[in-house]
Order: sequence, then C-alpha cells, then structure tokens
Amino acid sequence: MIFSPLDLASLSVLLFLLQVLLAPLFRKNERAMVHICFSLAAAASLLAVAAGIWTVENGTTEKAILVLGLPDLPFHLRLDPLSGFFLTTIGLLAFYVSVYSIGYVRGFIGQRPVMRLVIFYSFFIAGMLMVVLADDALFFLISWEFMAAASYFLVMYEDEKAENKRAAFLYLVIAHIGAVAILLSFGVMAGLATDFKDFSGYTFDAMRASQFPVEWATAAFFLSFFGFAAKAGIVPLHVWLPEAHPVAPSNISALMSGVMLKTAIYGIIRVTLDIIKVFPWWWGAVVLVFGLVSAVMGVLYALMQHDLKRLLAYHSVENIGIILIGIGLSMVFMSFQMPLIAALALTAGVYHTMNHAMFKGLLFMGAGAVLHATHERNMEEMGGLIHKMPWTAALFLIGCVSISALPPFNGFVSEWLTFQAFLLSPSLPAPILKLLMPIGAAILALTGALAAACFVKAFGVTFLGRWRGHHKPTIQEVNWPMRIGMMMAAATCLLLGILPTLFIGWMDTIPVQLVGSTISASAGTYGWLWLTPVAPERASYSGIIVFLGILAVVAAAYIMLHVKPGAIRRGHVWDCGFEKLTERMQYNATSFSMPIRRIFGYLFNIKEQVDLAQQSAHSAFPKRLNYYLKVRDRAWGWLYKPIAEASFWLSRKVGMLQQGRIQTYLIYSFITIILLLVFVI
Amino acid sequence: MKFLPLLMEIMQLLLLLAAAPLFAGWVKMVKCWSQGRTSPSLLQPYRDIAKLFSKDVVLAENASWIFRFTPYIVFGATLLAGGIIPILSVDLPLSATADVIALVALFAIARFFTALAGMDIGTAFGGMGSSREMTIASLAEPAMLMAVFTMSLASKSTSLSHIAQTISQSDIHMALRPSLAFAFLAFVMIAIAETGRIPVDNPETHLELTMIHEAMILEYSGRHLALIEWAGMMKLFLFMSLGAAAFFPWGIAGAGNMAAIPLALIYLIIKFTFAGVVLVLIETGLAKMRLFRVTEFLGAAFLLATLGMLAHFILE
Repeated sequence: MIFSPLDLASLSVLLFLLQVLLAPLFRKNERAMVHICFSLAAAASLLAVAAGIWTVENGTTEKAILVLGLPDLPFHLRLDPLSGFFLTTIGLLAFYVSVYSIGYVRGFIGQRPVMRLVIFYSFFIAGMLMVVLADDALFFLISWEFMAAASYFLVMYEDEKAENKRAAFLYLVIAHIGAVAILLSFGVMAGLATDFKDFSGYTFDAMRASQFPVEWATAAFFLSFFGFAAKAGIVPLHVWLPEAHPVAPSNISALMSGVMLKTAIYGIIRVTLDIIKVFPWWWGAVVLVFGLVSAVMGVLYALMQHDLKRLLAYHSVENIGIILIGIGLSMVFMSFQMPLIAALALTAGVYHTMNHAMFKGLLFMGAGAVLHATHERNMEEMGGLIHKMPWTAALFLIGCVSISALPPFNGFVSEWLTFQAFLLSPSLPAPILKLLMPIGAAILALTGALAAACFVKAFGVTFLGRWRGHHKPTIQEVNWPMRIGMMMAAATCLLLGILPTLFIGWMDTIPVQLVGSTISASAGTYGWLWLTPVAPERASYSGIIVFLGILAVVAAAYIMLHVKPGAIRRGHVWDCGFEKLTERMQYNATSFSMPIRRIFGYLFNIKEQVDLAQQSAHSAFPKRLNYYLKVRDRAWGWLYKPIAEASFWLSRKVGMLQQGRIQTYLIYSFITIILLLVFVI
Repeated sequence: MKFLPLLMEIMQLLLLLAAAPLFAGWVKMVKCWSQGRTSPSLLQPYRDIAKLFSKDVVLAENASWIFRFTPYIVFGATLLAGGIIPILSVDLPLSATADVIALVALFAIARFFTALAGMDIGTAFGGMGSSREMTIASLAEPAMLMAVFTMSLASKSTSLSHIAQTISQSDIHMALRPSLAFAFLAFVMIAIAETGRIPVDNPETHLELTMIHEAMILEYSGRHLALIEWAGMMKLFLFMSLGAAAFFPWGIAGAGNMAAIPLALIYLIIKFTFAGVVLVLIETGLAKMRLFRVTEFLGAAFLLATLGMLAHFILE
C-alpha cells in the first residue's frame, strides 16, 4: 500500500490550509471562489473520512513525528481508532456542510467580503482535524488555539452588530479560561511523567507510560475536565454557547455545534480512558452528574427560546449532556472492572457523538435555509413555511424526529443503549451509586420527553400553521447545493438509525482500545437485523423492521382507503362562529411552552408583565394588551455576575496605581529595581 | 422463521383490530350503567367507525401533507405496538424487533405527529391541544419509562415477552415485590393520562377550556378521523394488555404452546371485563382536574415510578 491513513489525513489538513493561498486568486470573482474553495473543502473532508473509516475498521495505530515545532520539541501525530472515529465524524459533517456552503455562502456575495469566511472556514476545519491527530501537549494546544481563533473570527463575521461582537468576545474569554485549565492539566501530567526533570514528558506517550499518584491524577483530571467542559458547553459553563452559535453564519453554527463541541468530548475520553486509565469510581460519577444536569437544563432552556438558532444551541448543551452520561457510566463501570458494560456505555456515548453531529448539523443547516429564505430568526414571526419550502421542511422534520429520539431514526438507538447501560447498573457495589442510577435514568427519560415537546414546538411554529409575521416577504425554496447538503445528512440519520449493528461492528475497535472489551460480538447474535447488546434475551431492537413495519402499515392503509376515489374537499377551519380568526391568534412559541414554563418556572429567572394599554369603557374589555416576558439563565446571576463584579472591583483597585503622572511611574520603577536587587543579592 | 409464531402474530394483530372497539364499547356500557343511563349497544363503536369510513374528507384550507399522513402514521405505529405486547402468547416473532423502551417510543411517534397535525391547521385550538398534550406527555412518558424499567429490572430483560414469561413462571414471592407495587400504581396513573381518561382528559367533551386530545384532532373528518378513533381504541386496549402482560401475566400462553391459546383467550376476556369495570369506577368516582393539577398527578406518578426503581436498587 502506498498510502497510509495518516497520509490521507495529513493531506486533508494540508488541503484545508492551502485554501489561504487559493482563495485570494479569485478575489475578483467571488462566485468562482465560493464554488472552487468549498468544492475543494468537500474533497478534503472526504479524504479525512476515508482515513478515519480505514483506521477504525482495521483498528490500527499509526504514529509520525513532524520536524516542525520548537527545537527539541517536535510535533507528534497519531491516528488510532479513537482519533479515527472523530476524524470520520468531523470529516463527514464537514463534507455535508461544505456542499451546503456552496449554495449558502453565495447569498453573502455582494453584501460583505466572502474571502474571510472561506479562509477561516478552512482553517477552522483544519484546526479540528489537527486536534484529534495531535499526540503531544504542545501540538494539541496549538491546534486547539488555532481552532478557537478561527472560530472566533467566524462568529465575528457579521461584525456590524454589537450583539455579535459581544457574543464573540464572551466566546473568546470562556474558550481561553478553558484552554488555560487544559494547559495546566497537561503541565501536571507532563511534569509527573518525568518527575519535573526535563521536557520530554510533553508527549502523550510519555504520559500514558507513567503511573500518576491519585491526588495528582485527580488534579489533572479536574483541570482538564473544567477546560473541556468550557468548550463543550457543560452547565454551568454553557453561557457562551447560546450567544455565539446563533450569530455565526449558519454553516459555521452547524460545524461548531455539530463537531467543534465534540473535540472537547474527544479530549475528555483521551485524558481519562487513554492517558490516565486508572481512576477512582467517583470521577465517573462526577462526569455523570454534570452530564445529567446539562441534559435536563439544556432542554428546559431550549423550550423557553423563540429564536430558532438559540433553541438549537441550547439543545447542543442537552446532547453533550447525554454523551457525557454515556461516558460517565463507562468510567464508573470501568473503575469497578466491568469492561463489558463499560464498553456498552462507551459505545452509547460515542454513538451519540456521531448522531448528534449528524442531526444537529442537519438542523442548523435547516435553520440556515429558513434564515436564508426569510431573513428571520425569530420563530414568533414565522409559520406555514412547509407550503413555500417543502424540501427544507421535510428534511428539518427528519432532524426533529432524530433528535427527539424517536425510532427508526438514529437518536433513539444511542439513547436506547444508554438506557440499557443504566438497567445493568444494579450490579454496582457502591451504595451512593444505587441512589444515583435510578435518578439518572429518570432524568434521562425526562430529557427525552421534553426534547420531543421542544421539537414539536420548533417545527410546528416555524413550518406549520400560517405565517405569523407582520410583514410578508416573498419566500422561495433554497437552492440545490443547500438541499443536497441537508439530504445527505438526513440520509445518514436514517442509516445510522436502521443499521446500528453494522455501525457498532465497525466502531468496536474503540472500546477494545479503551476499555478492553466489546459488545459487537453479542450485539449481532441474531444477525445484522437485530441489535442485541450484552445478551439477546436481555434486550433487542431492530430499527429496520420498525421502519419497514410502520411504512408497510401506512402504505396498506393508504391504498385500502384509496381504492375508490374519494373526494377531498377543502373547507374553512372551525372558528366557533367567531368568523374573524387571524394568523396572530395561532399558538406561537411562547404560548406553546407556557405550561412547561409554569411547571418548571422556579428553574428560570422569569420576568413577566401584562399591560392594559388603551383602556376601553370597561376594564374587562381592553382594546390592546401588551405582554412582556424575559426568561434569563439563572447561571448568569449565580455564577457569572459575581465573578464579573469581583474582577471589575479588582481592576478598579489595581487601577489606582495608574496615576498618569510620570513621577509616580518613576518611583514604581525605582522600587521594583530596589526589590529585585534585594532578592538577587 | 417458524410458521406457528407467525400465525400467532397475525392472530394477535387481528384480535387487536377486532376487539379494540368492543372493549371501548364495553367501557362505555359500564359507564352508562353506573351513571344510571341507558347504554348504546356494545357494537356502537364499530358502527361509528364504519360510518366515518364511508364519509368524504373535508380538509382545512391550510392543511399540509403532515395533516393528511398523520392518521396513517398514528395507526401504523399503534398497530406495530400491538405486535410487540404479548396479548395471547409470548411467542411473537415481532417481540425481538422492539422492546419495552421502543414500545414507549412507538407511542411517542404517534403523539409527536398528532401534535404536529394540531399545529398544522393554524388555529388556536390545534396549538392549544398540542401544547397541552406535549406538556402532559413530557411528564407521563418518563414516568412510563420508569415504571417499565422497574418491571424489566425484576425480570432482567426489557423484552416484553421475557418479562411476561419470567413473572408468570416465578412463584408468588417473586411477583409480590415492593418495587413492582410502586410500578403498578404509577402505571395505572399513567395509563389514565396516556389514554386520555378522566381525571386527566375527557374523551367525550368538546369543551374548549378543558379538552386536550380532542383539540388536536378537531379538524379531522371522514376516514382520517376513523383511523384516529380506531387507533385511540387500540391504544386503550394496548395499555390494558400491557398492564396485564407485565403485572398479571398468568394465563398468557407460553412459547410453542398452541393448546393454551383458547384458555388464554378466556383469561383475556375475564381480565378485560374486570379492567373495564375498574376503569369506569375510577372515571365515575373522580372529577376532571384542572390542567395544572394534572402536572401534580403526573409528578406523583413519576415519583412513584422512580421510588419503585429505587426500591429495587436498594431493597432487592
């Protein structure tokens, strides 16, 4: 074989980086630039997918050392099944989004310079690919920062609005607080690997080889968990996410939400299950609890939103939580030496990582299509788009069904596997876990049901009913590249839902590598049609039969009822004899979630106000009502406001040193020199 | 695939299609008796469905394909659910297709699309029904999952056939567990909510302020309405069968035991006759709750089901 998977992956990264030379050639013809650069990006993404699929299939590990980097500290690359899986995920979504972007970015031509978007888009994907390929702390952090910086400029793309600048700044701050924590964590591990003697401990191989004392390992784990949590948007570090994702261009939101958050999941798995390996069970419990809180809070906040992209951003918080539940369970089982169940939970978590990339990518692309067609993000102003945009509506519906964990689509499979892992937990010895597990299963069940409610709202208010807006724009279906990008993502959602056994068989090298066991042997006991984790008599599920079963009954019923041609008449809706129904009387996003807002109201910071404007003769018949509602994240008041105020207070105190008089500054220098001399002598 | 289980599967689906309206008629009949009214015939639901099938369809102006296809999807998902629950025999080829978690999800598909259809026509009623239905479901569905988890923990399987088999073959001490008692209580409460009976919803009213399920399907007519009504009756029948299979599985025929089928049918008739009476007693004994009382009711069910699972983890 001439090529190895790592060659393909490196070639893919290089192609992305080369876009910086290619794009300026077409400065005069932006249309050509969009077509050529995004087509090249799609091709490069496919290379990454090929490399990833190949590596995971064969379970090979391949290493390389680059002569780049600092003197004596070269960059290390490594492509093992875990990074291969994330390479596949990133590449696959990047491919769909690149195709989509050919159509989407065309809409920006003439409004603002496109070159910036093209270049940072390529850098962003290259950064993510480098993160999962890196095999030393130095290259990992450089790639991590490269990715963060590129995405910062992408969030800032439409920078004429103050809102966007604020969101991008918030994103940058939290990303860097996280990066500092990851740096410190690697510092601890690299130092311990060589007993703080030299710098050779910075490679992940050196860290893997060493045994850390449990207290230092705990410090390293929590530092890195904090850092990765800030990137993944785990509650309470999630506040940047619903600000930054909506303001970015939609193809970027799809990538940020679909795969950038996953690099943090990759980091958590890499540090715990691959580098540290041996850990006490309560680490897993901590990860599990953060996952549960993120899942349920994410979906509850999502229900309160009426901005379509913000709603989707909060759902990313929820789904990252579900992924963490799988990983946390896997860590718990691993620390009690139950590799088979650990493999089940890990498979569930990793499966959901892929699923979330697909359906969230699809949903953000759909939201982008809606934005492209209506120039509107506020759901309260939308409605009835299914008549004008039938393709987008159908594809968005597939995304909604997938994310709501309904069979036969993919979201159901991974949640089903997570539930199976919960149901195997009575064998755990720790008493506190016996309390945590049932509550955890209850919270996950609640999350799933609330997500379905939220997506009935998202789809129902946006695409169904009649147009609610005050002005009526002319709305057209989006162009073909956008549709094709969404179609491919939708098809992947369906395939991952009906062929889980094949997918689990493909990715079984990951649990083999990380927890030393696999469920694929038992998962295919009944053949590829049925998914039977652990044992066939314990549980089985066949997505394809569910799919074909429903399809068959629907088709049979439809044909039987249409044997004799029945007339279908269109009529007015029932209005109770009122006769003056208007579009504004439909349920909208705020009214749809009102009952849930009332049930879970104590979790939010709600300001609600009703004004009777234009009083008529009797107060029972006001001519006009004004209703104000503001739902805020409690995390702002509890966590961020005190920290922000404290840092402002500190800055003011430190600022007192700054007098603006040259004499004072000379005295400062003089005192510093005296102090230094005292220490030196 | 063997011939006998396939036959059993088809028989069971036919039984579900045929007997669901009969059970609905029985419940109505007992209800009328208990309230001192003259009851319609036991066969009235069949006549209603037949009448609706022969009528033309009137669609709302704004209805899209979602509205037109929802009745078929609801009907399909409910029928498939009927292929999984052991009603007469545990020997079902489809039972390996979906376990009890997937069963809950199948009902969720039907509800998801019904709620979308409610939003599709663009009236306040439809949206109101969808909003209320999804709110109630967001509490009832996790409670339902917790109840079925408790049953599956007791029998170490989430496959319904296995649950029914394990519990019916074990001795009385196996079946009398504290966790199962909690789960059963929760299950009864959820079944009432999910099938839209008093005190959660009233299937017989079209009063704007209180209706939930009826508000979503207000605009349906003709064969669409017939399919939805029929699926609703099947859902009631299936919840009763699920309760019977999980908590009172005695009498359900074992694997390959064709001779036990007539006996299973007799057991089924006895169980359902009794269940119908209990349902009526609950319905006539209670008044319909305000919407926001329902959340307390379902919250209690959720709590009971979680307690059941906790009881299994800690006591058993």
